[in-house]
Amino acid sequence: MQHTIIIGNGISGVTAARHIRKLSDQQITIISDETDFFFSRTALMYVYMGHMKFEHTQPYENWFWEKNRIDLKKGRVTGVDATSREVILKSGDRLSYTSLIIAVGSKPNKFGWPGQDLEGTLGMYHKQDLEKLEKYAPTNKVCKRAVIVGGGLIGIELAEMLRTRDIEVTFLVREDSFWNGVLPAGESEMINEHIRSHHIDLRLGVNLKQIIDDGSGRVKAIEIAETGEIIDCEVVGLTAGVSPNIDFLKGSELELGRGVKVNRFLETNLPNVYAIGDCAEQHEGIGLRRPIEAVWYTGRMMGETVAQTICGNRIEYKPGHWFNSAKFLDIEYQTYGWVFAKPQAYESQFHWMHPDRTKCITVSYNHDTNEFLGINTFGIRMRHEVFDRWLTENMDVDYVIKHLKEANFDPEFYKTYESDIIKTFSQQETLLT
Amino acid sequence: MSDFKRSMSLTGEPPKALTVQQKIAVLIGMFGLGILLLSLTSINFPNKALWLITSLVSITVGIIWFSSAAYLDKSEGIKNDGVWFKSISSRGLLGWLAGIAMTGFYVVLYFYPQFLGLQGEGKDNVGVIGLFDPLSKALSGNPASQWFVYGTLYTVAILAFGIKFIWKYRHNRYEKIRTMSVMFFQTAFAFLIPEFMARLNSDSFSLPYYDLKNIWPLNYSNFEQYRVDSFISAGTVGTALLIFGVISIFVITPILTYKYGKRWYCSWVCGCGGLAETAGDAFRQLSDKRKSAWNIERWVIHSVVVFVVLMTTAVVYTYLGYDPNKYWLTRNVFLIGVAVILTLVFAGVMIFKRKQLAKDAKYGAIGYFVIILALIGFHYFSNTESVFLLKAEKLRSSYGFLIGAVFSGVVGTGFYPILGNRVWCRFGCPMAAILGFQQRLFSRFRITTNGGQCISCGNCSTYCEMGIDVRSYAQKGENIVRSSCVGCGICSAVCPRGVLKLENDTPAGRINSKDVLLGNDVDLMEFVNRKV
Repeated sequence: MQHTIIIGNGISGVTAARHIRKLSDQQITIISDETDFFFSRTALMYVYMGHMKFEHTQPYENWFWEKNRIDLKKGRVTGVDATSREVILKSGDRLSYTSLIIAVGSKPNKFGWPGQDLEGTLGMYHKQDLEKLEKYAPTNKVCKRAVIVGGGLIGIELAEMLRTRDIEVTFLVREDSFWNGVLPAGESEMINEHIRSHHIDLRLGVNLKQIIDDGSGRVKAIEIAETGEIIDCEVVGLTAGVSPNIDFLKGSELELGRGVKVNRFLETNLPNVYAIGDCAEQHEGIGLRRPIEAVWYTGRMMGETVAQTICGNRIEYKPGHWFNSAKFLDIEYQTYGWVFAKPQAYESQFHWMHPDRTKCITVSYNHDTNEFLGINTFGIRMRHEVFDRWLTENMDVDYVIKHLKEANFDPEFYKTYESDIIKTFSQQETLLT
Repeated sequence: MSDFKRSMSLTGEPPKALTVQQKIAVLIGMFGLGILLLSLTSINFPNKALWLITSLVSITVGIIWFSSAAYLDKSEGIKNDGVWFKSISSRGLLGWLAGIAMTGFYVVLYFYPQFLGLQGEGKDNVGVIGLFDPLSKALSGNPASQWFVYGTLYTVAILAFGIKFIWKYRHNRYEKIRTMSVMFFQTAFAFLIPEFMARLNSDSFSLPYYDLKNIWPLNYSNFEQYRVDSFISAGTVGTALLIFGVISIFVITPILTYKYGKRWYCSWVCGCGGLAETAGDAFRQLSDKRKSAWNIERWVIHSVVVFVVLMTTAVVYTYLGYDPNKYWLTRNVFLIGVAVILTLVFAGVMIFKRKQLAKDAKYGAIGYFVIILALIGFHYFSNTESVFLLKAEKLRSSYGFLIGAVFSGVVGTGFYPILGNRVWCRFGCPMAAILGFQQRLFSRFRITTNGGQCISCGNCSTYCEMGIDVRSYAQKGENIVRSSCVGCGICSAVCPRGVLKLENDTPAGRINSKDVLLGNDVDLMEFVNRKV
């Protein structure tokens, strides 16, 4: 019988398993040593914050796997033997496969900072990171201050988590404004203010020089490179991005770059071996996307796609229009299409901000053709389907602004800002002409 | 529950503690409760009105101050911090103590009101009921009963915890407006208007105590003989109220449910829902989300509907018999009428909406339909006095005891801290079942999900008080059309990615099933949809 082995029980691997089961009767085994059952990594923060128990992060009940004949094996894969078509486990066991899906996700980046492996340092990615956090930062008496290094989405989530236990947080961001590699200046500045309003000590334009040892192998303080300032702390969160978790594949016959190299069919250089999710690297980025996309939903889409291929319907991975979302403390963020932090040569941006500085939108369009290119929204929910359609139909920006109401997804009775947005937009247009 | 860890903290200390302000607020609230408890002992308060006001004001101030200290110094937004670390809201010791205390209160209230000081006809009340006499006399002119004490405390709870709820969700206008609505309906319709109506009663004119928004079958005793007699003898006003009671069931509720879903009642008007949403909000995460719980829910709640239909039919049938010539409505006409209505509903659903029912729902419906018709037929062709093999009075008292008292009161509210705040609404309320049936099959209401934005975090499912696994729909991008959904809107409020929205829209396209994430390539979507 056909046997597909999936390494990794994250969203990519589990989606692949579910879809293979829908399409075929073959044997499926998922191997992981992180947890017994699939859980939503995105929800780990809510466990520490006390919004949920860990069980709540598991989308399927424990009987689901046996009922759907998906075998779960707890163990760590140490290598892949492509000639004999076997995966090798740390325990010494070997399992043979007919198809192999590598869905091992990523690990937090470390840039060789002195002291980066001391006790009290952690990422915020694995369940084990959460356990570490409970060990080193259970209360503000045990942990008076934490320092977070890295200005991305995981960093701000970690800051929010620690603040719910009234732990002082210093947040070191290398850029001179939060996430300004992704967000246009006005938005980035708004989020800076929002972070500070939550009593987070946000330091912009600074780098970590070293993490200082207390003499027993634990974190005592950190030093900032630019100023030499020493900040005492008990916990250091290293959240400077993630990279593919593929060290165990080094020395195998798999072609590796930063991740496992795959073609548009998610196939690696070895027959019947596929890679999906955070650990897969396209030879070239698809459209404007990056070769490696560490995004929850692309992992799902790759899982759906590879399942088709494995079940005999070879299909190319073709993600549609870019979209994403996040939440910065209390401000929700959604994006559809492309809005660049530093506008491209062809790109103009229309920016609207509410006077209370917790809601804003940025609409990007081609100033030669007037074509709508993308939108960022903060504090206003938008409807994915509508923007997906507008992007497909290449609507022009005037149409989009005029019909923003159709795309509004805020709950009933919410204040709407469309008329204000339209007014601001037409005023700007008059200024330009 | 057995493998439940209070916190992963090694120090064993919960990371959330009460602030000084909250401690003072607890003291004030407990002082108010203490007065009520003391009044149960032999202490006879000299100035009852003053002590009662002191007590109620202290309780209210305590709750409101506690809530302001909890929420008002924080920024607007979802703040469920530490919910699972606090003993009261995570089935810890305080949760169990609160559950046992409330259950005990309900047992005494329903079955031993004499312990609260009820003295019966002609005698002056003592104890806590005696303490409430001045207020009751001021409102309706009558001495208090245990139900008046309960109604007052109920209203105070909805008002004080309603303010807490509004502050907690003050970033969300839907929640604010909805809560003001339940606060209004409780205070005006459930509490004040019936008391004022009672004031109108005299020797020649008498209306039963009537909460206008309390509709059959939730108000299962609305068509009992003493009430119907009382309505009819009260002339035009009474008859109008009786007709309003019937129209509410057959006309008003179906129309409103068609337009807005059952939420117009369950989370905007209903008193049971009102208490669950306000005082019960701290316990919403405790509802059981397992599939097994859902299976139990569907069978239990629909059995309660069948029970209440049989019981009401039997009771009405019995008293129609006393004077068959007085009304056009004779026993035969009534029984045939009930059979015809049930048959029409059943046939309509099976013909037009068959495809929307799961297999077990279909079998259940057929089973129950056959049982009811068989009982009616059996009775019709046999000449026995007892209706449906049992005496009507027996059915009525069993329903009143099992469902009206034990289920809706003792379990429904007493078990908030153990089973979640909508235990009654979810497992027992026949009104919720009927409205839910309309909502599932005939309503414009649905919760839409936002394309591919769901990250399966599970906040929505955790905070669904009706135990719906919202996430399982959201991660598929599928509209949520469920009979149990009361439209509280919390799933939408707690979603960190803006994925869920409560909507009333045209019935077409209400039930969608999407297998492939939006944003994925169009060809693949077409492929999978073609396969299905």
